[in-house]
Amino acid sequence: MSDLLTTTSVGTHQVRLDGPDKVRGRAPYAYEHPLTDPLYLYPLQAEIARGRAAHIDASAAEAAEGVVYVLTADNAPELASTDDGELAILRSAEIGFRGQYLGAVIATTPEQARHAAELVDITYDQDDHDVELREDHPAAREPESGSGDVRTGDVDTALAEAAVSIDERYSTPMEHNNPMEPHTTVARWDGDSLTLWTSTQGVHPARSTLAPVLGVEQEKIRIISPHVGGGFGSKGLPHADMMLTALAAQAVPGRPVKYAVTRQQMFSITGYRAPTLQHIRLGARADGTLTAFAYDAISMSSQTKEFPEESTKPGRMMYAGDNRRLTQRVVPLDVPVPSWMRAPGEAPGMVGLEIAMDELAVAAGLDPIELRVRNDPTTDPDTGLPFNQRRLVDCLREGADRFGWEKRNPQPRTRQENGWFIGMGVASATYPAGRQPGSVARIRRTPEGFEVSIGAADLGTGTWTVLSQTAADALGVPIGQVDLRIGDTALPNATVAGGSTGLASWSTAIVSAAQELRSEHGADPAIGAEAQGEAEANPAAEKFALHSFGAHFAEVRIQPTTGEIRLDRMFGMFSAGQIVNPSTARSQLIGGMTMGVGMALHEKGELDPRFGHVVNHDLAEYHVPVNADITDIEADWLDEKDPHAGPLGARGVGEIGIVGAAAAIANAAFNATGVRVRDLPIFGDAFLPT
Amino acid sequence: MGHSLHLTVDGQEHTLVVDSRTTLLDALRDRLGVMSAKKGCDHGQCGACTVLVDGRRLNSCLALALTHDGAEVTTADGLAPEGELSTLHRAFLALDAFQCGYCTPGQVCSAAGMLAEAADDAPSVVTEDLEGPVELSEEEIRERMSGNLCRCGAYVNIVAAVSRAAEESR
Repeated sequence: MSDLLTTTSVGTHQVRLDGPDKVRGRAPYAYEHPLTDPLYLYPLQAEIARGRAAHIDASAAEAAEGVVYVLTADNAPELASTDDGELAILRSAEIGFRGQYLGAVIATTPEQARHAAELVDITYDQDDHDVELREDHPAAREPESGSGDVRTGDVDTALAEAAVSIDERYSTPMEHNNPMEPHTTVARWDGDSLTLWTSTQGVHPARSTLAPVLGVEQEKIRIISPHVGGGFGSKGLPHADMMLTALAAQAVPGRPVKYAVTRQQMFSITGYRAPTLQHIRLGARADGTLTAFAYDAISMSSQTKEFPEESTKPGRMMYAGDNRRLTQRVVPLDVPVPSWMRAPGEAPGMVGLEIAMDELAVAAGLDPIELRVRNDPTTDPDTGLPFNQRRLVDCLREGADRFGWEKRNPQPRTRQENGWFIGMGVASATYPAGRQPGSVARIRRTPEGFEVSIGAADLGTGTWTVLSQTAADALGVPIGQVDLRIGDTALPNATVAGGSTGLASWSTAIVSAAQELRSEHGADPAIGAEAQGEAEANPAAEKFALHSFGAHFAEVRIQPTTGEIRLDRMFGMFSAGQIVNPSTARSQLIGGMTMGVGMALHEKGELDPRFGHVVNHDLAEYHVPVNADITDIEADWLDEKDPHAGPLGARGVGEIGIVGAAAAIANAAFNATGVRVRDLPIFGDAFLPT
Repeated sequence: MGHSLHLTVDGQEHTLVVDSRTTLLDALRDRLGVMSAKKGCDHGQCGACTVLVDGRRLNSCLALALTHDGAEVTTADGLAPEGELSTLHRAFLALDAFQCGYCTPGQVCSAAGMLAEAADDAPSVVTEDLEGPVELSEEEIRERMSGNLCRCGAYVNIVAAVSRAAEESR
């Protein structure tokens, strides 16, 4: 157990410090830093899903007005490492997915670059491709970078002997992060040094990933990213657009090259949530306690680079049962490279699992909350360790009271208003409480107060504000005396804003730096005095299973004649340790739930098996929730501090809001209509007579 | 192939030469360095580029710059004097009606345009009485703000902020 920080600013409402600039549009995102004499890049992309770009004729483009350079595999600089298939671009004529970069045009204006890219003539040798995920796909295999299978006891016998059981298949589709700010990179080479103004969830991790591919020492690369227009995981790992811009800019030393990925290009370049197929079998005694738990899942991956969307992850620790089997397979196909999307693993995994639990509750004749209470394990079924604070049951019970769960009729199709069927649903939420080692903070006394430096990222998460609050309390000064610097590799190293680890990791470094400053320079350090502190790995991780929990409640209405489904209201109750800033935390949780509404009711990338591209690759056809879709969503949390999460007692809240949200809506739809939807998203046709 | 164009942006007059293909949004961002208007989709599908043109809200990515010669363009940065914030700005800030902030200038401009439309009693698809005065209920605000996407999911706070600004500016 670590000593918890005495809090004054932490835990109180604080208006976003970056807010006044953001409401006016003055905070500079990647594209918006004032730079002299920029050039503009437009990419060349493969129009087949598998084969080779046999010949690229760029002569017409090179002769076009304003064109400065055309980059292709024929003239691309050598890469120092080709280990990362996604980043090792332009090294051969091979094409692994439709939309893959084949080159780029640099011109004086964006219009000239785009026009010239159309003039490049590419001749293809086309091979047959395979982009269709199915359960019996012969290429299914265990992922190289997965968590491994779980086999305990005898699942098949336990299922056969179970008093109640369910055996169902669930699926989640291809989903796209679609942050509002498209991925953008501005690259400028000055001699052998490279500066990137980019949109990333981690300047230091991006640098350490790109440097060995470019064959440049890390110290020669500077990455600047003070404001990030959303990421949701898609700006966590650097994607090929950063490489393309950095390579192209080598041809024009001293000049910044600007590339904002278009919304359409994002669907093949910047990562997405891979579709999953989930086969879940649950067996229980008559009282609902689980005896058998089998979860076999498959996700789509890419031939270009493996990424397992491990939907089985939450199944490893969520509920008990003596006989368990969890298997995770991937099918590598000729598709773009999947990547992180908000709560990778947990978000799709808790769709199948939490609908399955709802089905088991029906089969056992139990209230779905009571079923979860009866299966709440005292120790982590996966590791055998005790939990840090497993307050799932508190979230379910407190949430049920606040939502008015007692008004729910367990019998479906019993509540009707003005011709609409109305139903309520519940689902659990969970996410690991991670903390990454290696972040460093530097604090320096200035005439005005304290300059606090760490290369952290704010992608709408509130980092500018919550780290300032943390530093104020760590230093024992008002927040106005804290001058925070983030988003630049010129600042001390910071780990990625991902996996809900940012706050816990960075705040630990800041508290440590404040302690160092005090021990080295006393309670009132002289102006110019400075000290550094580093976040170490969380020692509690060896003794406890560290997780956050929550419960989602949803009420939907469904029009039986048209099948139209509307979300009336939604409430989420969470256990996430200390909440540093109630304003920004509530926004993040509600935002996660809102994205969960998209997952439930709107979002699906339609991959065309004939051509291998996402057909609905824009925001008019890939539907995300709009203002009129969201009526009443509220979130709240248990008042607590986690003694095992670090000096703040805080766990991150970036992901848990989406986990389980879609299942709560699907379960509400069942309660409304008696129709069980197991494949997301839920469209109106599910409720129409067949 | 340049053509001369005159624009007033946030009170500042500009004469510039642009390509006939240049959108109003790209003229603002790439030619004038006015970055308050954001590019989210370049297809009029997300609303991040919303500005006021002669007082009306417009997706500047769908407008060719040369078709707006002589226009008065207002971005979110032009809605209040330097060092001050407008009623809408303050409501967005106080009610945390944004997270990443990228869609926000477009939301703010859209709200400003929308409040003027409602004051003119222009009905929306959810307005019951097409002839009467427009009451800006939450449902009306949601409907009228649905052209501006927010992927961070700040909608409930955006509605609260626009509602507050509507009351304060009444």
